[in-house]
Amino acid sequence: MTYEPVIGLEVHVELSTQSKMFCGCRNEFGAPPNTHTCPVCLGMPGSLPVINARAVEYLCKAGLALGCTVAPFSKFDRKNYFYPDMPKNYQISQYDMPLTTGGGVELQSGKFVRLNRIHLEEDTGKNVHAGGHMTQSDATLIDYNRAGVPLMEVVSEPDLSSPQEAEEYLAGLKAVLSFIGVSDVKMHEGSLRCDANVSIRPAGSETLGTKTEIKNMNSFKSVVTALEHEIERQRECMRSGERIVQETRGWDEERGLTYSMRSKEQAHDYRYFPDPDLVPLSLDKTVLDRWQAQLPELPAKRRKRFIETYGLPPYDAGVLTDTREDADYFEAVAAASGDPKQASNWLMSEVRKSLEVKGMTLSTTPMKPEQLGELILMVKKGEITGKAAKEVCNVMVENGGDPKAIVAERGLAQVSDASVIAAIVDKVIAAQPDSVSAYRGGKAKALDFLVGQIMRESRGKANIDVVKGLLKERLG
Amino acid sequence: METGHEIRDAIARKERSAEEVVKKSLAALDSVEPTLKAYITILPERALAKARDVDARIARGEPVGQLAGVPIAIKDLFCLKGEITTCGSKILANFRPPYSATVVERIESADAVIVGKTNMDEFAMGSSCENSAFFPTRNPWDLEAVPGGSSGGSAATVGSHAVAMALGTDTGGSIREPASFCNIVGVKPTYGRVSRYGMIAFASSLDQAGPMTADVRDGAILLEAIAGHDPMDSTSVDVPVPRYSEQLQSDLKGLRVGIVREFEESISGDAKIASLYKDAYKDLVSLGARLVDVSLPHAKYGLATYYLIAPAECSSNLARYDGVRYGVRVDGDSDVFAMFERTRAAGFGAEVKRRIILGTYALCSGYYDAYYVRAQKVRTLMKKDFDDAFAACDVIACPAVSCPPFELGAKTQDPVAMYLMDYFTIPMSLAGIPAMSVPAGYVNDLPMGLQLCAPVFEEGRMLGVAHAYEQATKHAWKRQPLVGAGA
Repeated sequence: MTYEPVIGLEVHVELSTQSKMFCGCRNEFGAPPNTHTCPVCLGMPGSLPVINARAVEYLCKAGLALGCTVAPFSKFDRKNYFYPDMPKNYQISQYDMPLTTGGGVELQSGKFVRLNRIHLEEDTGKNVHAGGHMTQSDATLIDYNRAGVPLMEVVSEPDLSSPQEAEEYLAGLKAVLSFIGVSDVKMHEGSLRCDANVSIRPAGSETLGTKTEIKNMNSFKSVVTALEHEIERQRECMRSGERIVQETRGWDEERGLTYSMRSKEQAHDYRYFPDPDLVPLSLDKTVLDRWQAQLPELPAKRRKRFIETYGLPPYDAGVLTDTREDADYFEAVAAASGDPKQASNWLMSEVRKSLEVKGMTLSTTPMKPEQLGELILMVKKGEITGKAAKEVCNVMVENGGDPKAIVAERGLAQVSDASVIAAIVDKVIAAQPDSVSAYRGGKAKALDFLVGQIMRESRGKANIDVVKGLLKERLG
Repeated sequence: METGHEIRDAIARKERSAEEVVKKSLAALDSVEPTLKAYITILPERALAKARDVDARIARGEPVGQLAGVPIAIKDLFCLKGEITTCGSKILANFRPPYSATVVERIESADAVIVGKTNMDEFAMGSSCENSAFFPTRNPWDLEAVPGGSSGGSAATVGSHAVAMALGTDTGGSIREPASFCNIVGVKPTYGRVSRYGMIAFASSLDQAGPMTADVRDGAILLEAIAGHDPMDSTSVDVPVPRYSEQLQSDLKGLRVGIVREFEESISGDAKIASLYKDAYKDLVSLGARLVDVSLPHAKYGLATYYLIAPAECSSNLARYDGVRYGVRVDGDSDVFAMFERTRAAGFGAEVKRRIILGTYALCSGYYDAYYVRAQKVRTLMKKDFDDAFAACDVIACPAVSCPPFELGAKTQDPVAMYLMDYFTIPMSLAGIPAMSVPAGYVNDLPMGLQLCAPVFEEGRMLGVAHAYEQATKHAWKRQPLVGAGA
């Protein structure tokens, strides 16, 4: 009996608004603890929430971009439970009337993964356990900078059939949100967080099995690994006749396993009720139409255009549309160099390598797309060799700068002057009589050796085509 | 009895200084407070500093606010920046907010002189001030009687004539009932008329701040000062604030006054009380009004509805008192949840705990639809009752409370007996309409108030009628309290 996995994902996305969801405090990652707080987000007596309109706009734009239906009438509810990182001991969230329903994410494979809903809520503060882990510390510090940050919860239907599809879904969702500019979507900074609901069922069955909720996956890779592990654990349960318990399980990255966090008996009754401090939201069609019109070209469409207009292979188009910045960068380089294929090649190989080594991204490198474009043109015109260009590229990624100036500074200009090269060719021929005879005797490889020697002599600056031409001339 | 507007006018005419006026109030408090105990905190230095500042600005010919120099007491439910604000509870016994409530900022801008924070039932839950975690307050008209609640301290201090103005809050009757018991004017504005920011929350969809004053004109000018939209309160309404003090009438020709059939039936059993209200309605007729019979068929569900909605909201509003960030904390071994339990067990009084448990229960899954949702639906029906009644009348007149002030301890054994004190005031709270109490005479030498209410945002009309009635009857001027200025 083969068991197939059924996966649904709940993704929490921090919106990149200037201020928090219900107060005017700054929404900023990484600030010194408790420096962005006020009576409202600290839940002080008498404080009251006021809705951040921009957060509503961002969520609706995300919903429109994902093909969701925006609710004409929506409201906020209180989710009541006690926890020290939640100042009011209730979270303002949405229960039965979320801002959007429906919609979905198209995976690169073409599969459409449906969304159930997207709703708006406030984030909690952050518990910092002195000593690193709750079980090892005797004190917990609470940073409320994050308390009240606007959070968008995206809930998918259980349409994902494998850990790989889960990763594709996350990548696709991240791309859309990055493109419309509503979030930084950085999992390592916590602006994108993912919980999974996993169950298994006999292959081909329509009914759903008992699901477990998996938490604490901190990267796309963890999500894949955790899901693979949990699916195998559930399969093992079925094989050994053990019952799968509906519960929440945490992913332990170090030990590579999931562990039980809560059982059904401890399931919370959140006692949801409409928040009486807030008025319901009623969104006008004209407002929604305006937001729809403000949406940029979305990743799937842009990917298609890159394939059709620029003739890029699908894989390249996919990588270059990972974020809006990357896609914009590529198009600028393509325009500056007049050669989309070359632009793509450079970005996907040399530039990517260089960025990785330096811990940078296309958004953080000082190299401007026009500069890379210029470099590509210089190679095409034969002003520098491919090898020299790689060196220039490396310099530009780190420091930016005009490629022509860098080439001049470092004396990297390619030499194409036949008379200059001829001198070197003759020198090498004179110095390598054995190779010359070998070549004349029929050994083609000897030519490569001579070319190599000439290139070395010219410190890589000789135009290789001119070298080859002159050599063949000289040697007959 | 000195009114706030008389004080204000005298100061504006430089006939008296703000300093001299506040010193008189503070002296009255010195003499009266040991008996009355209307205040949790008196702030003499702060008050004198403010009074002197007002005097200096008047001397320099600078403009001053519309309440300049008038001493005012504020219920300890309003956050006052830098000063202890307890909300009548042990759990906030050490709490100094770093901000003031919006209404407090407004009265300070109006240059009123805050003299202290008044006693109240803990977290505004109560009708007698006996639920204060600190001590009960006494009624200046009968020292063995309660001043009412939850704004008992504010009512008692104005009722004793130590100050002419106070701020209170009303959720189910907590301004009107104590106003009736202490022979003063108490106004609950339309829900949303006055900002709730900085006002420690009990029941969010019901709480409103309002004036408790010596006379109706004082109520009008204080309401003008505090009313109006506040961007910090999403439930405050952006509707212009009329000049209420210019809407005070002297006759009621053409006014249709609704008399509620169900309410009149319920007081018909007590001859003296029934007679007091009959006289009140006759007085309205002498001023030119016409009585109209109206019905509020769902008013009888008021208590049941209120005691589901208010506790539900408060169970959530009071969750934040956990000892983590402010207020009292009871430390000890084991985990943070144990700390929450210890802190709340020690910090909350019995009535607060009772309502939190009731409210939690009403919101539980499995009970939510049967209790909370159903109560909200009945609430809509009660609002509709008032809408229908106001189609036939301009204001409604009825008792504020079913009885004169009762003895301390008389109703503390039976919570429901206490809850019944809100019988006449709860329906207006649930419907969100403005309502007020104005002195209507005495039964067994103890004060009783006439309640008037009007459609939403018609405070002007309501105050106008109350003023005409007050000026024609002058009940509060006819006697002196047992303790107080001039007693």
